[in-house]
Amino acid sequence: MQALRKHAGRPIVIAVPYLWLVVLFLVPFVIVFKISFSETRLAMPPYAPLIEWRDGVPAAVKLYFANYRFLFTDRLYISAYLYSLKVAAVSTLWCLVIGYPMTYAIARSTIVWRNLLLMLIVLPFWTSFLLRVYAWIGLLKNNGVINNVLLALGVIHEPLTLMQTDFAVYVGIVYSYLPFMILPLYANLEKHDPTLLEAAADLGARPWRAFVRVTLPLSIPGIVAGSLLVFIPAVGEYVIPSLLGRTDQLMIGRVLSDEFFANRDWPVASAVAILMLILLVVPIMLFQRVQRRELEARV
Amino acid sequence: MAQPYVRIEGVTKTFGEAAAVDNVSLEIQQGEIFCLLGGSGSGKTTLLRVLAGFETPTDGRVFIDGQDMTGIAPCDRPVNMMFQSYALFPHMTVEKNVAFGLEQERLSRPEINKRVAQILDIVKMSAFLGRKPHQLSGGQRQRVALARALVKRPKLLLLDEPLGALDRKLREHTQFELLSIQKKLGVTFIVVTHDQSEAMTLASRIGVMNHGQIVQIGTPLDIYEYPQTKFVADFVGSVNLFEGRLVEDEADHVRISSAELGAMVYVDHGISSPPDATVWVAIRPEKISIERAPPAARENVAQGTVKEIAYMGDMSIYIVELATGKLVRVTLPNVVRRAEDRFTAEERVYLSWHASSPVVLTR
Repeated sequence: MQALRKHAGRPIVIAVPYLWLVVLFLVPFVIVFKISFSETRLAMPPYAPLIEWRDGVPAAVKLYFANYRFLFTDRLYISAYLYSLKVAAVSTLWCLVIGYPMTYAIARSTIVWRNLLLMLIVLPFWTSFLLRVYAWIGLLKNNGVINNVLLALGVIHEPLTLMQTDFAVYVGIVYSYLPFMILPLYANLEKHDPTLLEAAADLGARPWRAFVRVTLPLSIPGIVAGSLLVFIPAVGEYVIPSLLGRTDQLMIGRVLSDEFFANRDWPVASAVAILMLILLVVPIMLFQRVQRRELEARV
Repeated sequence: MAQPYVRIEGVTKTFGEAAAVDNVSLEIQQGEIFCLLGGSGSGKTTLLRVLAGFETPTDGRVFIDGQDMTGIAPCDRPVNMMFQSYALFPHMTVEKNVAFGLEQERLSRPEINKRVAQILDIVKMSAFLGRKPHQLSGGQRQRVALARALVKRPKLLLLDEPLGALDRKLREHTQFELLSIQKKLGVTFIVVTHDQSEAMTLASRIGVMNHGQIVQIGTPLDIYEYPQTKFVADFVGSVNLFEGRLVEDEADHVRISSAELGAMVYVDHGISSPPDATVWVAIRPEKISIERAPPAARENVAQGTVKEIAYMGDMSIYIVELATGKLVRVTLPNVVRRAEDRFTAEERVYLSWHASSPVVLTR
């Protein structure tokens, strides 16, 4: 009786998040998956049912693969996918290049500075994400802050075209996602035992060698976690490229939203979403593997 | 004597206001095992870190093999250190850990492999070449750490609490192994420890540290039998201290009257101290005899009551209360097995000691 009561809480604790995920993630996913195999039609809802019913019993299942075939025949989709992957990859690399030295410096500073600097990293989250991206428009546009300052200083004589370029998208994504690189990296670097570097120095390694041979390999789990936390959402990023990006080259998030809202083509939109998920399965699985290894190493 | 291999000249290291190491000067010969013995916060580890180059002395200089180490980075010093936590690289195998130092010297791969195999053979870890540190026991990690420090063939090895993380049986075993390895390779060892028995068995000389200063340097025997201060007498082993006054001060003997002891102490050697000064008589517990019958001698005798008995197996500790209320610690080896001959609590006993046993301390 005692033991039973003691363990009664366990299933509940486990069930609540699972229920949450099933209702709000798995069920919608199955619905989207189903719609992606339907035929478009002008009706409400705007797609044909998969199962044909006759006299109250399911008579035939009609799977419609044309949505997927369409994605590979129209250049728009392939190029949007490739462009999204490229933007996400380049942004991730920049986040790493900028974030690693920052994180390293934070992890090495005294406890007071560490907490202060970490708070500053998280501070932008207190302001709306949308507002912060809008603020970049004010900085980057032709008569924006950056151009005006450079013109006033005489560095340039004509305003630079910064808006609606790849550069603007990179700036927006790197700026917005940098904390997602820094926080997991910090969680890793902060745990490093400083005597390991002393040992490396004692054995004759100069600081750079010690970094490459000891700190860097030990921080790989942090690098992978941070990179995937930037890369995965960046692939599907919608707001930043819409506000700052090119109009002649769309990212897949924008394509998805256009299919859904402008074209009202739910089946194609669903197919786009499913294909994007398939593309991201590999990095997501990599992420989980690294996390699991990290947990095992701690035990 | 040859030129000292390590010379520490007036080294001071302050952290803020506090001096962790306070004007320490020290000379260590080649091939010695020198132990820095002290409690926590005595500055022994800081001094070791100054030698390794991890701390820059606030004042003073360190010479190793005649070369001034001021401004020389840890990676360029002819010194290796075995860390208290061992500081093995967790992502590398035993072999990689040991090879790390040689790789920094840019030796050829066959040469590295040869030397790694050699040193792992010496520390008996050849069978664990491919293991990662977390797959090793504490004793095995200790051996790998030792191998990693020794493989570079340093002339000076610094060891920070080398046996601290090992259990007692393993410690004893490892102590003797450490000694034989040291003899085989002829390396100079500087060992930091808070454990006096570790210092006693390992060291050729001990430097006792307190409040950042070296209070006494000597062989283990010197330190134990001829402590120069109350601190050293008390820190190394246990001791009975009686405050007293010098009443007779001759070249070949002294007499001390101690109110705490309630008796006169006769010491068969002279001391250098101003007459009538307050002194302390230090007597080791194993140098006191305990008897039921009154001894023939009139001096160096005290009477008391057994208050507590601690049976340790090989010996017993008796706490005897004197008439003055002072508690005296006496140890006696349990030579015979029978228990009925031993003293019991509340038994009246006589304590006595040889005139050569007491050490007279003036500070």
